Amino acid sequence: MSKETLAFYEEPRIGVFVCDCGSNIAGHLDCSQVAEYAETLPHVVYVKENLYTCSESGIVEIQKGIKDHNLNRVVVASCSPRTHHPLFSSSCAEAGLNPYLFEMVNIRDQCSWVHMGKRDNATHKAKELVRMGVAKSAGLEPQEEIESSLIRKILVIGGGVAGMSAAQALAGMNLEVILVEKSSQYGGLLRQVNTLDTGEDALESVQALAGEISTQEHIKGYLSSEVRDVSGYIGNYDVRINTPDGEVADKVGCIVVATGAVSLIPEGLFEYDGKQVVSMMELEQQLKHNDLSAKRVVFIQCAGARNEQREYCSRICCMMAVKNAMLIKEKYPLTDVQVLYRDMQMYGTHKEQMLWNARGMGVRFHVYDPADPPRVAGGNVSFYQSVTNEEVSLETDLTVLSTPLVPRSDAGTIANMLRVPTDQNGFFLEAHAKLRPLDFAADGIFVCGSGRYPATSVEAKTQGIGVASRVAAILFKDKLVKSAIVAKIHPESCVGCMACLSMCPYEAISYNPELRVCEINEILCKGCGNCAATCPSHSAELKGYKAEQLLAQIGAL
Amino acid sequence: MLDVGRHPNIELMAYSELDALEGEAGAFKATVRKKVRYVDEAKCTGCGACAEACPTPVPDRYNEGHAERKAIYSWFAQGIPSTHAIDTEYCRVMNGKKCGICQKKCEAGAIDFEQKEEILSLDVGAVIVATGYDVFDPSKMPEYRYTVLDNVVTAMEFERFLSASGPTEGHIYRPSDLKLKAERADLAKKAAKSMKMLKKIEDKHGQSSKDFFESFDMDTADDDQKKWAAKYEAYLEVAKPLARLEEKLAGTGTAKKLAFIQCVGSRDLRFYPFCSGYCCMHSIKEAIIAHEHDNETNSVIFGMDIRAVGKGFEEYKVRGENKSNIRYKRSRVAEIVKGDDERPVLIYEDTQDQVVKKEDFDLVILATACAPVKGTSKIAGILDIEMDQYGFFKTQAQQPLDTSKPGIFVCGCAHSPMDIPESVAQASSAAARAVQAVLQAPALKVS
Repeated sequence: MSKETLAFYEEPRIGVFVCDCGSNIAGHLDCSQVAEYAETLPHVVYVKENLYTCSESGIVEIQKGIKDHNLNRVVVASCSPRTHHPLFSSSCAEAGLNPYLFEMVNIRDQCSWVHMGKRDNATHKAKELVRMGVAKSAGLEPQEEIESSLIRKILVIGGGVAGMSAAQALAGMNLEVILVEKSSQYGGLLRQVNTLDTGEDALESVQALAGEISTQEHIKGYLSSEVRDVSGYIGNYDVRINTPDGEVADKVGCIVVATGAVSLIPEGLFEYDGKQVVSMMELEQQLKHNDLSAKRVVFIQCAGARNEQREYCSRICCMMAVKNAMLIKEKYPLTDVQVLYRDMQMYGTHKEQMLWNARGMGVRFHVYDPADPPRVAGGNVSFYQSVTNEEVSLETDLTVLSTPLVPRSDAGTIANMLRVPTDQNGFFLEAHAKLRPLDFAADGIFVCGSGRYPATSVEAKTQGIGVASRVAAILFKDKLVKSAIVAKIHPESCVGCMACLSMCPYEAISYNPELRVCEINEILCKGCGNCAATCPSHSAELKGYKAEQLLAQIGAL
Repeated sequence: MLDVGRHPNIELMAYSELDALEGEAGAFKATVRKKVRYVDEAKCTGCGACAEACPTPVPDRYNEGHAERKAIYSWFAQGIPSTHAIDTEYCRVMNGKKCGICQKKCEAGAIDFEQKEEILSLDVGAVIVATGYDVFDPSKMPEYRYTVLDNVVTAMEFERFLSASGPTEGHIYRPSDLKLKAERADLAKKAAKSMKMLKKIEDKHGQSSKDFFESFDMDTADDDQKKWAAKYEAYLEVAKPLARLEEKLAGTGTAKKLAFIQCVGSRDLRFYPFCSGYCCMHSIKEAIIAHEHDNETNSVIFGMDIRAVGKGFEEYKVRGENKSNIRYKRSRVAEIVKGDDERPVLIYEDTQDQVVKKEDFDLVILATACAPVKGTSKIAGILDIEMDQYGFFKTQAQQPLDTSKPGIFVCGCAHSPMDIPESVAQASSAAARAVQAVLQAPALKVS
């Protein structure tokens, strides 16, 4: 038997490596004393103090120690595991020791840094931490990394600009794509829009993209279709799709959610009637069909947004209002166009330029107070203008309400089916607001476009292409390999209370109704340990952090 | 950063510049100049012993000049790679003086004063430009008196003040008070030195200098007494201003009334006509953190519009108003003048009250514009790609990541001003486009 499998059954032979980190650690505590102390600990057969354990010579020392002294556990007392654990554990593996038999003790951050100037105390604490680390390492078990197959096919849900861009980019990387669109045509929300902010015809632009999609050999598109069921996990999802030709079942490795959003219909807002008071989308259609007869147009921004009911700013409506105001001025220069707003959200280079240009074309902008919103009545919009301290009344033939994009009514159903979260507004919730905008917390599922949060066509396209590289980073590999540090639930003692289920942030736990126990999907588990800490019957445990291992560590204190 | 530094497929070449790019999509040849650190990357462990021992203090640009670093340094703690570098402008050895202390202190033997710059030739299939942005220099706007008033700082300087590892350890002291404190420390050091000398004489004569000086008569004094008196006078010359400073500083605390001025250099035809996108949220965030640090902090954010347009941003803005003592004032501040006790006074039109107001603050923070990086045109020249009218790299709406040259892509603020999530999403997109360019290239010629 190789040492990898044997190690657990042997008497522990622990090697301890104490790092000086130059003077970074040794300057503030006595590393030699710590090393001497380590020699006295149970099962420790070899101790070495290094100037820099992470340097090439330090790594050679560890590997030499493993071979010469037949070590079956290694403890390094040095810096942060965040930066150096992977280096040390993989070095152990190179020397034939199972990498999960490595333990790290942080005597830099936790001793020399925080107790700088208190040499004796820092040394004392370092000894205690080393003693704890050694005690834990004695009970460590060898683990095998978890491997899983990957299906190189992606399900993209939603055929708007985001979904189509994602599909196109994925196909451009020679990956197979299934593109499912609920309606009978691709294009999503942009089909209702007249022109883009860049001046292009919106329909033409999505049709061009749809045309490219339909000729792409790697993309299998399903129109008038819906995803009915999804099961499985990253690399191996089973999906069922309802198509006009019956149900289609397939297997995919990753899923992209690009289901978009819809424009709020302003029922009950500002005397909306669809005739003299219309929504922005209705104006888009009027402009498209060249049937704008109004000579005086007033836009009201934030209609139904940034209020108590819907707190968020919908990001794109100011741009749409300015775009349409300019279009009206271009086509009908004598038409009077006024925009009532709270903040003109024309962020970036191009949009701010549009705002300058619109002013130059004679579009008038007025601030209104949300506490005292404009009143629309019989061809008249009145509002309080704080700059002049006057009540202003504007005669109008057409009032346009800039309503926000809101989540689709079926967003919740899709979220439930995929077991992904939505935010307080009903949009899909990404893994990290800043650093992982296109990922869900659950591996293998991604989000782009207005389903996540309102986006312009350029932004939706960018996110769609971005998702492709997130997917490719997974599917370009031969197989999925992940850390063995995952949780396990012992079925014999599990009572199926499901306390763990609600604590798992990665949807890795499911309830097996037949056996009446909870089960862990090792592929989805990230080893956070929430379940192990929650389980009232101690049936859930985290490999490498089992109760007896942690108790040994605590007991040594 | 750590993930990038450790990724097996990423070779990180920090402190390097692109000198030339030849070829076409799928088969570019890049000439990269690896600048000289005078520290061997393979040996340096980033322990910092060299910087601790280095005798040469240098203004720390990472801390916007509000702290000092050494002539051998890493740009900031936790930077990747942790390899240090020598600042040749300040290093004593580089300026022909005797030193080399760092070399003696480095136990890894990484300091190499003979190191030469390296020119590398790399075969690459695609190029991604992510050169970021520069912060606008507010000294170009005389009306805000950035260079004259100590207590007018940029958002980036304030960011360093708020940082627990920054020059003020997270406490918001006014720079004018920090100046006084530095002056006090200097005088106190001199006074202590002078006192030490006096103490010796006092012990010898068994009399306090004060008592001695009161009865001192120049005409009858001997040489020893004259020397003593001169030394005491020298002491008083330091001690008196020190006492005055102490008194002045006793009344100072931290800055509690803050003003944030938006669009400094942005949405301004004199400088940059565009909106920098992230500054409104940056100011709100800074005001919220300042309030978290000290609940007595009040902030006013002066802006033409408050552009909270990202996911969760409007909610964050409202929360700042409700819970963090932030007021939003729709106004373009006209001028900042000097007030009493170094307090900057803002002159602005309150558009809600229709009057021009004067209001003083403890500290004023300028939300400076996101400007194209200084080297943009040089990089554009090397890569042979076009710039847009604002000075960023040009793209088309249909292909938002593609520059004017196939195989070269752009993301982040090199593209246009944007916030973190947008930059991250764009970076992923640029990566996808680059992969496509490599995969679709007819044949990648690898030498």
